[in-house]
Amino acid sequence: MVILTSVLTTGALTLTACGSRDDSGDKGGDNGSGTTLTIGVDAPLSGENSTTGLGIQYGAQIAVDDANKNNWVPGVKFKLKALDDKAQPATGQSNATNIVGDKTAVGAVGPLNSGVAQTMQQVFASADMVQISPANTAPELTQGKNWQTDKKRPFKTYFRTATTDELQGSFAAGYAYNGLKKKKAFVVDDKQTYGAGLAKIFNEQYKKLGGKVVGTDHVNTGDKDFGSLVTKIKNSGADLLYYGGQYDESALITKQLKDAGVKIPLFGGDGMFATTYIEAAGKSSEGDLATAIGVPADTLPAAKTFIQTYKDKGYKGDYGAYGAYAYDATTAIIKAVKAAADANGGKVPTDINDLRSKVVDGVQKSDFEGLTGKISFDEYGDTTNKQLTVYQVEKGAWKDVETGTADLQ
Amino acid sequence: MNTLPQQLANGLLLGSMYGLIAIGYTMVYGIVQLINFAHGEIFMTGAFGALTVYFYILPDGTSMALAVPLMLLGGALVAILIAVGAERFAYRPLRGAPRLAPLITAIGLSLALQEVVRNFYPGADRARAFPGLDTTHDIGSVTIKDADIFLILAAIGCMAALAFFVRRSRTGRAMQATAQDPDTAQLMGIDTNRIIVIAFAIGGFFAAVAAVAYGLKYGNVDYRMGFLMGLKAFTAAVLGGIGNIYGAMLGGVVLGVAETLASAYIDEIPGMQQLGGQSWANVWAFGLLILVLLFRPQGLLGERVADRA
Repeated sequence: MVILTSVLTTGALTLTACGSRDDSGDKGGDNGSGTTLTIGVDAPLSGENSTTGLGIQYGAQIAVDDANKNNWVPGVKFKLKALDDKAQPATGQSNATNIVGDKTAVGAVGPLNSGVAQTMQQVFASADMVQISPANTAPELTQGKNWQTDKKRPFKTYFRTATTDELQGSFAAGYAYNGLKKKKAFVVDDKQTYGAGLAKIFNEQYKKLGGKVVGTDHVNTGDKDFGSLVTKIKNSGADLLYYGGQYDESALITKQLKDAGVKIPLFGGDGMFATTYIEAAGKSSEGDLATAIGVPADTLPAAKTFIQTYKDKGYKGDYGAYGAYAYDATTAIIKAVKAAADANGGKVPTDINDLRSKVVDGVQKSDFEGLTGKISFDEYGDTTNKQLTVYQVEKGAWKDVETGTADLQ
Repeated sequence: MNTLPQQLANGLLLGSMYGLIAIGYTMVYGIVQLINFAHGEIFMTGAFGALTVYFYILPDGTSMALAVPLMLLGGALVAILIAVGAERFAYRPLRGAPRLAPLITAIGLSLALQEVVRNFYPGADRARAFPGLDTTHDIGSVTIKDADIFLILAAIGCMAALAFFVRRSRTGRAMQATAQDPDTAQLMGIDTNRIIVIAFAIGGFFAAVAAVAYGLKYGNVDYRMGFLMGLKAFTAAVLGGIGNIYGAMLGGVVLGVAETLASAYIDEIPGMQQLGGQSWANVWAFGLLILVLLFRPQGLLGERVADRA
């Protein structure tokens, strides 16, 4: 039934896909003619969140370049198809449709935003094509709507190399209470899937630890004037502001907060762990904190070459948050293609639907050393690497202050 | 601590900015009955004009006392040029066409301006830092910074100058005549095309002043900043009575104060927790607009300038 659905969907989608290679018959040619396989990338490449989005695109690009240069899968050239979702769910969905409609596409990396991922999952599942997000952290994406009580994986084609907000929010709460010794927090979020989820988990965990949440508020993405909110925070006597959301708003909030004479740090999630945050907020960002998934990329020996390549190529954007995770996600797809080829006597399966479904199985069985540590996935498609790091702005740059794994209370 | 004075100041400042942008909507509407939806983007290009002066023309380390007037000049130059250009090439050819046509052109123009800035201005695809005036002063329980003082002085100065210009100068009186009846005004020897260009230019200038104030206050600008501010300013113009320049300022201030107070205090009213906070501010602001329009459809100060027989 699944195969039938996927064949029908793919067939239907192909009718509308233009410009893609329409002959899958020449794939797996063993006498040097070569096969080109596409890996889709979906992330915000312009506008809001684009700094981190571009980091994903170029991280994946470097993985593809490495695979081609080192001939990881003999006879196969990989190429990247990067699409801009502008951080909008509807655009993400149409990009996903575009990718599955490409008959050379074997998998996709992305997106950045959990809210965007929600609209893409079904599209990839119907085509039985693997999707690995280097950045999504909303728990329900892998563990279902009732993840707190009854974990159930909704889509077997969806994986991520990022860990979840449940761990990230708890880790932040623990560091705020025990590390920073802050006992009164004001919690603000941007009402998006990611931001609201993160703020909610922080709020619950912080209270369990004994901290006091002295106020909560919500902002709209795109808001610029936070004067009223800042006055409320000032009046609440909070000694920490926790913000669930992206850098676009948090950079403005921290600036307006400090301009108003409220010298308390703003603590956020990986959505604001970007150099743009510091550029936009200037001196006001000094002392602000953010959690991010994994260990600092530049402390990993395996990531040194990656970072050097990223800098040498002069790529825009920020590899810091997700570049290395995008590299590992892309590598997982490429390795799964290789496994499929090996199992098929060294030749990539010629039927694209067959190949796609084999790649899904291959990714599930991933087990290799990536740039960010060991890459493998649990029964929900979540990474088994649960490490997190707290970063703090020091002299105009993010500096890691503590790495660990989150303990749920 | 009593936060009301601070919240009122927050609202007044935000409202002054809305008011300055709203002048552009109102003057153009008063004279040619056109809602220039690209006005928010004229505001945005003004900000980038000022940014260009600061980062690419002035040497590093120029004192802000010298830089701000020059940034105003640069911003005004760009905004006026674009406003007048829009009038000449986008709206004038459509004068006399059904009202919907220039409205659609305006929306198209606003998207075009956004995309041009995003694609061709270095680094404009995300927020760009803008020099701030961040020194703060405590006046009683109210904390304001230099950028806020600049904004208030600019708003008062601009309004006074405009009032003087419209009432006392020859061109100002010609403008009133054109607003009342363009055809008769033309018969009386007034060059109405020139008057319309002047209205666009003044609107552009005010938008540039607001844009510089915005940059100094918030410390960064981006290509989308005109959309929401433009929408709010348009609302302010309608609230004050579209076509009336004093109404635009009043509408802006009322809107800014209402928004700020709503987000500060609504959630403290028992039973209203769910409807308060920053994210509901727009709902209350637009709710107020609907109320005013229900009971006073012509807006707070009526439609004096654009009154037509």
